[in-house]
Formats: sequence, C-alpha cells, structure tokens
Amino acid sequence: MSKTETDEATGVDTTGHEWDGIKELNNPLPRWWLWCFYLTIIWGIGYTIAFPAWPMLSSATQGVLGYSTRAEVAAEIDRFEQQNASLKSALAQSDLTQLAANPDLQRFAVANGAAVFRTNCSQCHGSGAAGAKGYPNLLDDDWLWGGSIDEIAYTVTHGIRNDVDSDAHWSQMPAFGDILEEGQIGEVVHHVLALSGQEHDSGLAEAGAVVFEENCASCHGEAGLGDREQGAPNLTDAIWLYGGDAQALTDTVTYSRFGVMPPWGGRLGKADVNAVSAYVHGLGGGE
Amino acid sequence: MAFLTKHQILERSPTLLLVSCFAVVTVGGIVEIAPLFYLENTIEEVEGMRPYSPLELTGRDIYIREGCYTCHSQMIRPMRDEVERYGHYSLAAESMYDHPFQWGSKRTGPDVARVGGRYSDAWHVDHMNDPQSVVPESIMPKYAFLGRTEIDGEYVQDLLETHRIVGVPYTDEMIESAQADFTVQADPDADWDDMLARYPGAVVSNFDGQPGITEMDALIAYLQMLGTLVDFSTFVPDESR
Repeated sequence: MSKTETDEATGVDTTGHEWDGIKELNNPLPRWWLWCFYLTIIWGIGYTIAFPAWPMLSSATQGVLGYSTRAEVAAEIDRFEQQNASLKSALAQSDLTQLAANPDLQRFAVANGAAVFRTNCSQCHGSGAAGAKGYPNLLDDDWLWGGSIDEIAYTVTHGIRNDVDSDAHWSQMPAFGDILEEGQIGEVVHHVLALSGQEHDSGLAEAGAVVFEENCASCHGEAGLGDREQGAPNLTDAIWLYGGDAQALTDTVTYSRFGVMPPWGGRLGKADVNAVSAYVHGLGGGE
Repeated sequence: MAFLTKHQILERSPTLLLVSCFAVVTVGGIVEIAPLFYLENTIEEVEGMRPYSPLELTGRDIYIREGCYTCHSQMIRPMRDEVERYGHYSLAAESMYDHPFQWGSKRTGPDVARVGGRYSDAWHVDHMNDPQSVVPESIMPKYAFLGRTEIDGEYVQDLLETHRIVGVPYTDEMIESAQADFTVQADPDADWDDMLARYPGAVVSNFDGQPGITEMDALIAYLQMLGTLVDFSTFVPDESR
C-alpha cells in the first residue's frame, strides 16, 4: 500500500498512501506557519511565568507580574469612585432641600440618579417612572407617603412594609371582607365612586357614606382625601394604584392591599439614595 | 530533520495514537482539575453559607426544571460594570451547595445571583404571572401555572438526602424535619423559629399571597434568598484568589 512516488507535474514526493486512487503530495507546512506555532509555545511558557498558573503544593504560582482579578476590579471601581469622590461626598452630606442652590451638584445628582433609577427602580416603577398596577406612578403629584425631596429620600432608604428595615413605612388596611357584610361593601364602593366623581348609584352611595365614616374615615379622612402619615391614598382624585372601577374597588375593600417596597439605603448608600431622590423629585410631581 | 518526522510513527498506528492521546488528556486533566481540590487559594471559605432550606431547594429544582438558566446566569463577574449593576461579584463559595451550579454566561435576561430582597414577593408573583405587566420591554414567557400547581413536599426529605450524598452537609435533624420546615417557611403564622435556626437568613412569607403551598411559593422562596447569605460589609477579599 505504501509506496512513495514523485509527482511529475510538481516534482514533489507523495505521502505514499492511496485512497481510491487519490494520492497526497507530501508538502511541508509553510515555514511562517511553523515558526508561528513554535512562537505560541514559547509565548505560552512565558505567560505561565508572568501570570498565576502552575499548581504547586499548597497554592498556585502567583506569576511575576502579580496579577489579581480581584485587585484589578477593586482598582477599577476605585478609579471611578475617585473621579466623582468630591461630588459624591458633597451629595451624601448635602441638605437635599438646598440642592437647587448648587446647580453643579444638582446636575450631577439628577444624572447619577437617573442611572440609579434605571438600574434599580425601573423594574417596578417602569423605565419612564410611570409605574404599573400596584407600583406607583412617580410622575404625577399624588404621593402616598409624601412628595418632598426629604420624604422621597426616606421612602427610598427604608422602603415600605418590609421586614428588613425597622424604620420602613408601615400601615395595613384590613381585609373588609371579614368585617363588613357584602351589601355594605357594595355601598361603600359606590360612596368611593361618588367621591371620585364617577358614575354611581346615589342611593347606595348615601348608605355607603355611613359605612365609610365608621370604617374608612380614620385612615382615608372623612372627605376621603387620604393621610400620608399612614400611606392612605386620596380617594377623591382619578389616580388609582390598583384600579378605580367598581370591580377593582370591591376587590380592594374585600381583600385589602399590601404594597411592599424593599429598603434601598443599604444597597445604594447615602449618595446614590440622594441622587435618585433628586431625580424622582425632579420628574414633575416633586413638592 | 528526522526528529520532525517522528510523528509519523504515531499516525501510522491507531492503537498507539489512541493510547498516546489518552495519556496526554490524562496528564492535562490531572494538572488542570486535581489541584482545584487541594489548593488553598481555590477553596475560599466565607461566613454565612448554609445549605438550602427544603422549600428553597424545591424552588431551585423548579428553577432548573423550567430552564431559567437558559436565559439567567447566576454569576456576577469581577468587572466594574457588573458590580455596579448587580452588586458584589460572586464568590465560588456562594455556589458551594449548588448541585449543579447555575453560573452560565448566557444572559437573555439579567443575572439573578443577587436578586434576593431586591423586589417584593408581590412583584415576583406579578412578574411570573405576566412579566410584561411590570417590565413592558421584557421578552420573558409567562409562568402563571406555577401559582396553580400545589405541592406538599412529599418527597422533599429524599431530595435533601440525595444532596447529602453528593456532599451537602444536611444534618439528621434537618432531614427529619424537612417536610415540616418546607411547610412552615411559606406560613408566617406558623411556628418557624426552629426552621430559621436551622437555616439562618431564610425568608418566611406567604410568597404567592394565596392559601396553600404552590410551586410559585417555592420558586420565590429560592429567588428571595439568592446572594443574600454572605454579609459583604464584613467580607474582606483575599486578593490572591
């Protein structure tokens, strides 16, 4: 089988193998290719000397360049922290209500806050801050727990109704399905429809006013204007967190709602909390 | 150049080639893999790690069953942009009780290595039921059926035992009380003190907000503890690692 021949056309020997009449010329690999190959071997050895590589008895060689992934990322983070260090520390210490007096700092805060918002807040409140059902719209001037910049910063820091932060805003609406008769729930729903200027049955609404006064007014106020101390929403406007039609209101009264927001103070740090508060405050509804 | 033609000996004998290949792969394998089991600087111990609670482990199985890993990684790489977005880079020790690990490099959705505590339980329920209702730009499919599939942890004890076989240090006590722990973690009104003593840092909640335990409860229990066990305010990174 194995017989080396010389190819007539090129003058090159064959490898001596034959497959179904096909023979292969025994050309050497191109010299440039071979040298590159040897060079990669030398490079590889050099690389293992320069960087952490060889396993020894108790640890691997550290490499003469002293490279460390962790040190590198720490240095990289530090480099960026340093660039904004003075602005960040000024922002962390600043009185937020006086932020407007320092336009440079305010510009930094709003730009930085926008980035913080997109990373951490948009999943619930939406990338445009318009919220979703159950997650408040931050663009309007209707605030559950207060819309001044300090109040916003407090809410961001401690969150709402979470078990993680003992300073979180806390209130709990009872599930009135266990407390009221079904008829009473229907009445009070029509009273709330009337309060918010929607179509309603005036007879039911009148009866509902009594139910409202006895059960709801302590938090939502006699006129239904809400109470920010308790995060009780204003029921007289057209802004609804869980929907304002008869069905949604019936569900809310029957089963109650319990919106939770995690605390962000620990995750973000003071400077970023202030930044995102300045951003949210500046979206349009800030007080 | 007789030296450069020596390879022809190997190439002309399939058996010899096979044996030589095997020898090369064996040496390579020993050099690359074996040291990972004894080198001190590849085995980092961190405080706070504990085996998954029965409900979390069940949720983890659901996570794997539903193929969540095909879109979500659980590995924050040590790069500034990742650390800024997701939190502290992941440590190998944080996956020490993962069988199999869920690291991955395919991110159609975001990394979830530190998703624990970022969102409320209700958000997770809304998001599983209809992801687009909270994140309109999301392409995640709906997983509403998880909330309709009740589970009772009938085989959770076997699950823990299986994990003990592959090296997770579940104690006899943990295995005996597996089903009870499974149940109380989803019931804030139950007596869950013992469960919490066995699994510190576990989140007790009626995760899906409805009576009974569903797959949704288990999955959210798992998600709410991801990346929360190590306290990074006290963690000092060893730079040689």
